[in-house]
Amino acid sequence: MNIAIAVMSGFAMASAAPLLHRFLRRFARGGTVAGWLVALLPLALTAYFASYTSAIARGETFVVSYTWASGLGVNLSFYVDGLSLLFALLISGIGALIVIYAGSYLAGHEHLGRFYTYLLMFMASMLGLALAGNIITLYVFWELTSISSYLLIGFEHKKETARRAALQALLVTGAGGLALLGGLVLLGQAAGSFELPALLASGDAIRSHALYVPILLLVLLGAFTKSAQFPFHFWLPGAMEAPTPVSAYLHSATMVKAGVFLLARFFPVLGGTNEWLYIVTTVGAVTMLVGGILALYQTDLKLVLAYSTVSALGTLVALLGLGTTQAITAAIVFLLAHALYKGALFMITGAVDHETGTRDVERLGGLRRAMPITAGVAVLAAVSLAGFGPVLSFIGKELLLEAVLQVEAFRALLVAVAVLSGALFVAVASIVSIRPFFGAHVATPKEAHEAPRSLWMGPALLALLGVVIGIAPGTVGSGIVAPSVASVLGRIEPVKLGLWHGFNPALALSVVSVVIGFVIYRGWVALRTHTTSLTEKIFVWGPARWYGVILDGVFALAQRQTRLLQNGYLRVYVLIVIASTIGLVGYTFVVGGGLNANFVWTELRFYEAGIAIIILLAAIAAVRSRSRLGAVASLGVVGFGVALIFILYGAPDLALTQFLIETLTVILLVLVFYHLPRFAIFSSKRARVRDLAIALSAGALMTMLVLVANSVRFAPPISDYFAERSLPDAHGRNIVNVILVDFRGLDTLGEITVLAVAAFGVYALLKLRPQKKEGK
Amino acid sequence: MNVVLAVVIGGLYATGLYMMMRRSIVKLIIGLALLSHAANLLIFTAGGLTRARPPLIPEGANVPPAPFADPLPQALILTAIVISFGVLAFALVLIHRAYGTVGTDDLDEMKATDT
Repeated sequence: MNIAIAVMSGFAMASAAPLLHRFLRRFARGGTVAGWLVALLPLALTAYFASYTSAIARGETFVVSYTWASGLGVNLSFYVDGLSLLFALLISGIGALIVIYAGSYLAGHEHLGRFYTYLLMFMASMLGLALAGNIITLYVFWELTSISSYLLIGFEHKKETARRAALQALLVTGAGGLALLGGLVLLGQAAGSFELPALLASGDAIRSHALYVPILLLVLLGAFTKSAQFPFHFWLPGAMEAPTPVSAYLHSATMVKAGVFLLARFFPVLGGTNEWLYIVTTVGAVTMLVGGILALYQTDLKLVLAYSTVSALGTLVALLGLGTTQAITAAIVFLLAHALYKGALFMITGAVDHETGTRDVERLGGLRRAMPITAGVAVLAAVSLAGFGPVLSFIGKELLLEAVLQVEAFRALLVAVAVLSGALFVAVASIVSIRPFFGAHVATPKEAHEAPRSLWMGPALLALLGVVIGIAPGTVGSGIVAPSVASVLGRIEPVKLGLWHGFNPALALSVVSVVIGFVIYRGWVALRTHTTSLTEKIFVWGPARWYGVILDGVFALAQRQTRLLQNGYLRVYVLIVIASTIGLVGYTFVVGGGLNANFVWTELRFYEAGIAIIILLAAIAAVRSRSRLGAVASLGVVGFGVALIFILYGAPDLALTQFLIETLTVILLVLVFYHLPRFAIFSSKRARVRDLAIALSAGALMTMLVLVANSVRFAPPISDYFAERSLPDAHGRNIVNVILVDFRGLDTLGEITVLAVAAFGVYALLKLRPQKKEGK
Repeated sequence: MNVVLAVVIGGLYATGLYMMMRRSIVKLIIGLALLSHAANLLIFTAGGLTRARPPLIPEGANVPPAPFADPLPQALILTAIVISFGVLAFALVLIHRAYGTVGTDDLDEMKATDT
């Protein structure tokens, strides 16, 4: 099996899943069976990706490439290295657990089959993004994740809030995606290749390229919107409208990490400069704090977790911004740890919501008696979230603090941010684990009872993994973390993970942050009730408000523009088309050198001049005539005059056709005009003068164009070919006829078809007897 | 002659476009017809003009004796003449019907009739 098949299998399964679900639903417990069957694919993929670990740990990389649009340098390529393998394992592994969880969480939902489709589509897109070996391939999968995220957030499509949140997420990430596309195209231009291995090797050339700063800014915009960095963070809490399995999968463990992945992926290409250091670190640090603080002002468990995810993403971005070996190692460890515990906590929240009917912290308490297993898993995952204890995230936090302590510029500030956001993590961990499960029992909308196995199994597995890897980090450290760090840094660095780093400043800071965190938790309710109105006043002017203002502005602009241009007046449309043509063609004309053609003054014969004058006079008469018959007659004169020109210049066939058609037209016009009203003058004099001016300038422009066109030839005419081949190939002596029925026979067939359609139309219209509308 | 023809083409465009901007639907038809004449002549002159030498191959020869009129624009115009007749006929009947149904020939009033 190769990587391309592995990625595409997700799309295949996505289309098969609803059929499978529909078929199995007829049997008892069939829905659950369907969920397990669908989960087999991500499970198999996890095993498949795991088989790469030993080779990747040895430093090998794998490339699979299919030609797509070779002229543009775009290939469907896949590339496996440490970083992409880490993501692939997370995506498929957590994906399997989520599918099983969703089968139970949404059991009996009428659109569960559709849900599997969206979920698997997302999984395949995310895998494609992580494993992409060509940056255009990467972009395509990047957008696919945005689209499947849109479908998943709006899954409860009858809820207006869900639809609005889905659109918001799509617009914010889509706008970032556009910026990313620009950045990637520039990057490809600068490097001369869209292939990732080539790009990774040309970092120095790109960092010194003139386009480096635009490329960096555009790519960062894409990454920051996707990974919900301040000030684009607001869409992520909104996305909590999605069913909880979606929040656990997309909006904590995988999709929101796509931006982080992008930063890590392009670190060897774009990272390490001062611009990178200051922009990325600052945005990350601000997001860390803003996310952590906003988390305290929520009582909906999902929103608490969502804001703490924003904070965690900020931490990852800040670490990637610092870019030291220590910081990158911390980022990779923290990324893995966060995916495990945050996925688990979201699923626990879903289980609580499912069993009690609410996820508002204020209405939950003492659940440990009714839901002992869930409570146990929650505490386990919360210990990871707090990052204090024998867990993987503790290792990550120590590495983070050590990395921050090594920074030279703004060290005190960064240390303060790290400690404070660590404290906020501890507070959030307490809020989601202690409050709902301990203390006095609080009555819930539904009588609480233990969640079914499929709802606690996935989170339990993830939370346990966090502990197991924390206690024995050796294998994961050398097999997954070290290769990932190596692919971000572009060189192999020894990575040794361990829980105990000795009594050092990092440990002291860690203890400090835990103490502050507990203090915040003790005063949480008081803090929230006393300062909520203040923060609300501040955040009224937050980025969500700006999003609304911009969106309304776009709608208003579209409405005004539509009213202005699509006003329903045919003459205005014609006017706009003519005026724009005059403007654009005239502009090109003047810029292109104007009227400097050599006039071809072939001698003028008196009868030719006579015909020309007759045509012009007849045309003017057709315009000025007050009677319909007069206009028709003048039009006929124009037509016959044109036919005479055809005769004079060697086109007897044209002249013949023109005479016949003109006669027919005049007869037809006379017949029909008899039934039409008299010519009326509707327009004001002013409108007529304006139209006349526009029409005359259009005519003058055409005259000049004809004169210029006659003196320019871009390519030799192909008519000589027709003249030469007419007799030998088509056995015809009349070249015009041969062209019509032989060389361009298909054109003539099309012409006949058009005439037939017009004839049918005329017939149908004549037969049409419209019935008068009934009175209202 | 080119200059004269260029002026004729310009004049036909001007009159045709002016008629197309009228509110009377009947005038629109006249404008359409004038415009198609203008376009045909434009294609005709664009191919270069050759007096009285139709692109015919005489008996006993394999190619027409040079110079001869360019056959390709002629073929294109032939198609165009026939098509514009089709368009004109259809538009005429459509307008006839519309007038019968809506009861007005003022395009400004017609815009509010599709309720």
